Amino acid sequence: MARVLINFAHPALEKSRVHSQLLRVVKNIPGVTFNDLYEQYPDLDVDVAREQKLLEQHDIIFMQHPFYWYSAPAIVKQWLDLVLEHGWAYGHTGKALQGKYFGNIITAGGAAHSYEPDGHHGHTVHEFLLPFMQTAKLCNMHYTAPYVIYGVHRQDTSDIQEDAARLKQVLERLRDDKFDLTPLPGLKDLTQILQLPAQTR
Amino acid sequence: MDQHSLLFQSMVYLAAAIVFVPLAKKMGLGAVLGYLIAGIIIGPSLLGFIGREGEDIMHFAEFGVVMMLFLIGIELEPALLWRLRSSILGLGGLQVILSAAAIAGIAYLVGQPVNTSLALGMILSLSSTAIVLQTLNEKGWMGTSAGQSAFSVLLFQDIAVIPMLAIFPLLAGNAAADAASHNASLRDNLPGWAQTLVVLGAVAIIIIAGRYLVRPLMRIIARTRVRELFTATALLMVVGIAVLMNLVGLSSALGAFLGGVVLANSEYRHELESDIEPFKGLLLGLFFIAVGASIDFNLIMKQPWLIMGLVVGIMALKGIVLLLLGKIFKLSTDQNLLFAFALADIGEFAFVLLSFTGQTGLMSKEMTAMITAVVAISMALTPLIMLVYEKVIQPYYTRSEIKAEREADEINEKNPVIIAGFGRFGSMTGRFLRANGIHATVLDLDSDRVDALHNLGIKVYYGDASRYDLLVAAGAKDAKMLIIATDHAEQTLEIVRMAQRYFPHLQLLVRAENNEDTFELMDLGVLHIYRETVDTSLRLGVDALRMLGGRAYRSERAARTFFRQDERTLKGLSALRDDKKQYISSMKERIDEMEKLISSDRVKTWLDEGQGWDPESLRDEIRGEKIDEE
Repeated sequence: MARVLINFAHPALEKSRVHSQLLRVVKNIPGVTFNDLYEQYPDLDVDVAREQKLLEQHDIIFMQHPFYWYSAPAIVKQWLDLVLEHGWAYGHTGKALQGKYFGNIITAGGAAHSYEPDGHHGHTVHEFLLPFMQTAKLCNMHYTAPYVIYGVHRQDTSDIQEDAARLKQVLERLRDDKFDLTPLPGLKDLTQILQLPAQTR
Repeated sequence: MDQHSLLFQSMVYLAAAIVFVPLAKKMGLGAVLGYLIAGIIIGPSLLGFIGREGEDIMHFAEFGVVMMLFLIGIELEPALLWRLRSSILGLGGLQVILSAAAIAGIAYLVGQPVNTSLALGMILSLSSTAIVLQTLNEKGWMGTSAGQSAFSVLLFQDIAVIPMLAIFPLLAGNAAADAASHNASLRDNLPGWAQTLVVLGAVAIIIIAGRYLVRPLMRIIARTRVRELFTATALLMVVGIAVLMNLVGLSSALGAFLGGVVLANSEYRHELESDIEPFKGLLLGLFFIAVGASIDFNLIMKQPWLIMGLVVGIMALKGIVLLLLGKIFKLSTDQNLLFAFALADIGEFAFVLLSFTGQTGLMSKEMTAMITAVVAISMALTPLIMLVYEKVIQPYYTRSEIKAEREADEINEKNPVIIAGFGRFGSMTGRFLRANGIHATVLDLDSDRVDALHNLGIKVYYGDASRYDLLVAAGAKDAKMLIIATDHAEQTLEIVRMAQRYFPHLQLLVRAENNEDTFELMDLGVLHIYRETVDTSLRLGVDALRMLGGRAYRSERAARTFFRQDERTLKGLSALRDDKKQYISSMKERIDEMEKLISSDRVKTWLDEGQGWDPESLRDEIRGEKIDEE
């Protein structure tokens, strides 16, 4: 069993169709811890000790958020800035996160093909997520492929429910640890793990 | 002196002070010199408005010196006194002994008998506490290292007067001692050990009363809320100490100083200070005028060179001793010069001692008169010498002076913030600032609360913050900020007006009870107004929204948006308020607006701020494209 943590950030969840659907599923998976950052810190005053303790207690950490301006809502930056302390997360003595997995679960307005080198946005989502990847690396973590839901503006309810169900499967696979985690950083999209052969260890 | 002449005298003295002190100040001579000039001019030598009674007035006005020492004591924390102990004993002790020995030696060499020489040495070794401290304060030099050293020396001299008074009868011989017994005190007829016991007992009474009696008494007085009673109590305290000290034959100035030190940590300190201050100022003024008037110009005219020579010689001798001591005690050159210039004069205690020597026959009448003139002239010269220092010497050393002042800051730490009103509102602010390392001077009118807070170790003082003198005593001149958190709107407005008028440099942060108060404060031009219940009610509102299922972040933002909107509305209303009729109609309009705000779409719009996070327009646009594509 791997312990999974989802740090969720959405400043206006009440207006979000996709994330509210996702949460309905994600919140209720046994063994997956759900941490709602904006709900926890409406004044953006992140409780560093609490967050670090949560990180220490989990093996796989996701940041779930909308892909605002090719990045994340403000509190995610605040969280990174405050929680990933020198001497704890990185630096000579900063080994608290060593060997953990880190990734993003994001929703993007643009369709998948718009995030191609010749697409509307000119770069892949992976390229845009470079700061997260390098952050993970600096903190001695493996960066997993992101889980991306594209074209959320066009989705209708059934599409969203499909996405939510698939995310649930992915998270359960990760939690149950039924396969070798080593190929994770090499994946393009986290949904691909569903195709990987199950391995019982 | 009958009543008529008393009134006439008062008029002459007050008028002289009012005419000459501002003139002297205007010419840059300082208040002390102004008083002295006034005294010379109305004295017997020039206009002759006052004659022989000048001496009586001087004795009366010496009480100003007592009050000054009380105030010095009250501004001095025992801890500071303890820190100064080496300079008081070392510097002060050496100054008195060396100066007295040098003067006595020279007097003996020019043919005076041994006892007269010794008496002269002791009399002339003292410096003028009144003039020196007043001048140092006036120029703002009290905090410099020279100021602190001068203070230590003066303190020692004040103490040294007591043994001197004890030695004089011995110098004069037994016959004279009897003559001196007009100054009868309680201890005269007691054996030596009992005398010591009486003196120690008196000191103990002052300390114990100051510690355990004054505070409950002040609390009772404060509860009556009759202000003049407070002044009366403060005066009674100082007079009482003086009487007690006279009774046991100690210096009343020293006793008052001790009383002040005992009360220095009391929460009533500022109130006492501001009550005694005007009396001290007037009496000291009177004292200086009397000194000016007592200068006998006829005598000076008869032997001008001898007297001037004595003045210059004695002051030069004392100055050299002081410079030497300053060097030993490692004062920098400019500070050492200030130290020597300040203390080279001869003090008012000389008059007291001189009257004593005159009676005991230690000195002839002529000699006493001549020394009196010398003392008076040297006192009158002191402000002038200090002026020379300020204008000529100080500019050369401006750099090191700045350094010295910074050092002094550490000793007399002044709080940057004054909080008026330490009730449930002000206390919260005060605690918050304190938690962040900002210490505030607190003024409050509730004596019970002041007492309770004092017990908690918080620096809180009893007093009405709308009083100018109390604000000065609380350090308003040096503070950066005045937080007004008083309960009553009237009082708040009064403090605001006072502060705006006399301390325009102070940032005002003002608590307001309701919208009406807020408007009045806005009319006064107050920029930082805090309506007391707004934040709490909105915080409750936020929690209510959350408990009803709202998102925390949205609820917080909604509250902040609401708050800003409300502040804007209030400012708009304030601008319209001058015209009462328009205000009412406009108030009605605002209520209508509020109704509109509360109802339906307007509310939805402003709660939906933050469109950037999930723009419906974008979604519509994209969906539109999709329809176009299909």
